[in-house]
Amino acid sequence: MPSRDFFRNLGKTFSRKPPDLTEPIPTPKLGFIPGAEPTSRLDPWWWLVVGVILLVILLMVFQPDPYWNIFLFVRDGLVITVELTVISFVFILLLGLIGGLGRIAKNPVIHIIATLYVEIIRGIPLLVQLIWWYFAAPAVIQSFGEWVHWEALATYRSNPIVLAVVGLVVCYGAYMAEICRAGIESIHKGQMEAARSLGMSYMQSMVSIILPQAIRVVLPPVGNEFIMLLKDTSLVSVVAVADLTRRGREFMAAHFNPIEVWTLIALLYLILTLVSARVIAWLERRRKY
Amino acid sequence: MSEPIIHVENVHKYFGRVHALRGINMDVHVGEVVVVLGPSGSGKSTLLRCINHLEVYNSGIIVVDGILLKTAKNINIVRREVGMVFQSFNLFAHLTALENLTLAQVKVRKRSKKEAKKVAFELLAKVGITDKADCYPAQLSGGQQQRVAIARALAMNPKIMLFDEPTSALDPEMIKEVLDVMLALAKEGMTMLVVSHEMGFARATASRCIFMDEGQIVEEGPPDKLFSSPTQERTKLFLSKVLQL
Repeated sequence: MPSRDFFRNLGKTFSRKPPDLTEPIPTPKLGFIPGAEPTSRLDPWWWLVVGVILLVILLMVFQPDPYWNIFLFVRDGLVITVELTVISFVFILLLGLIGGLGRIAKNPVIHIIATLYVEIIRGIPLLVQLIWWYFAAPAVIQSFGEWVHWEALATYRSNPIVLAVVGLVVCYGAYMAEICRAGIESIHKGQMEAARSLGMSYMQSMVSIILPQAIRVVLPPVGNEFIMLLKDTSLVSVVAVADLTRRGREFMAAHFNPIEVWTLIALLYLILTLVSARVIAWLERRRKY
Repeated sequence: MSEPIIHVENVHKYFGRVHALRGINMDVHVGEVVVVLGPSGSGKSTLLRCINHLEVYNSGIIVVDGILLKTAKNINIVRREVGMVFQSFNLFAHLTALENLTLAQVKVRKRSKKEAKKVAFELLAKVGITDKADCYPAQLSGGQQQRVAIARALAMNPKIMLFDEPTSALDPEMIKEVLDVMLALAKEGMTMLVVSHEMGFARATASRCIFMDEGQIVEEGPPDKLFSSPTQERTKLFLSKVLQL
């Protein structure tokens, strides 16, 4: 078992220090010195991504039956999973920002609404919420439509993908609201005071001063949420959305080869999350000042 | 004498149960440099922060530049006329020195980017750090940061400058460079309200000194008179300790 220091030093070898702009940039030395600044701009963890992609390609090329067949069958599910994640995430960021601003609002009504939202939604499992949106929400809308004699609502036909997006956005928005709140609160209050003392309005100060600084703070947890969301989209497979997981289950039901199907599905998810993690790391590095 | 630019009348301020300001009466006229002295917790900073409404006072009257703060519809109109310099500089950490100076000019004074830059460079030259225009605050020394902060406040062309212990977070070598900038400003006739422990600065520039303790103004007068022959026991005690240094 290697010691903790081993891992710490390993991290140091790969991690990049933020550039110190006061110092002249030293000319790169020739040859690789362990522990020295890496000479290539490429994040070395990309090699892990390359390795997993290579493994999947090798499986498909040398074992086309079943791996290539599985891939052909599930690839539309792969697209759905990516779309679902990206579309949901855009709305989650929006809802999270609004929720986070609501949580720090001085107006008691806004504060209470935002806090209730966060506390209630965080307390219910995502799977239960998704099932609620798929089975209960349309029924609620229909009976409401009957009650107010509104034809369009009474005959409401649900779209599973829309309800899945709603379910994911509502649930993840609550966590994102807490991340945004923490990010905004982490910025020293003197920054807001300085902005206000120059005559800038609350919103101007928020947009120009606080949020740009908070983004740097929240980027790691937001990236974390993105990867968790990507994986949690697999839960929508139980509410009639033909995502990667559901397509895998359908293939297995027809061909009875669980080992190959679920190994490939797992590797495909892994590729998506590893690539996301690298993109997030790249964004984090760009945000140093 | 003309109408005071800052008029404070019987102002009270509570922080929960703490009675931070207990009936403050004070006027500042155009062109005056008023230095507020007093021990920690005496309410000097609170008074300053009430004047540009960073703290909301509980009762009394504060009139700044003819606008009554309590009823001011848009406090931002008052604030753009009142520059504030903080103890902890509070430069915008994600912006360069130059951007720190131009942002509010563009957003609040509605100047063009070009015009704002011109003003910014003039002021950076005035405080002597033109060469650091493209540096981020973290790359500047404390003294340089505070000079940028003063320039940032001046860029709004304020009628009044408030200084909240501007040199307390600096080491001795840097205090001078900041005080020099403030001295020059005072000579130009800027109206200044300064909370500070810099007795030398007070002696050299102040038209009036105010000594505060426990949320009240204990004594006020010209610096020479206040320092050499204070009338109140509390002032004597404070000065004897400060002037020993």
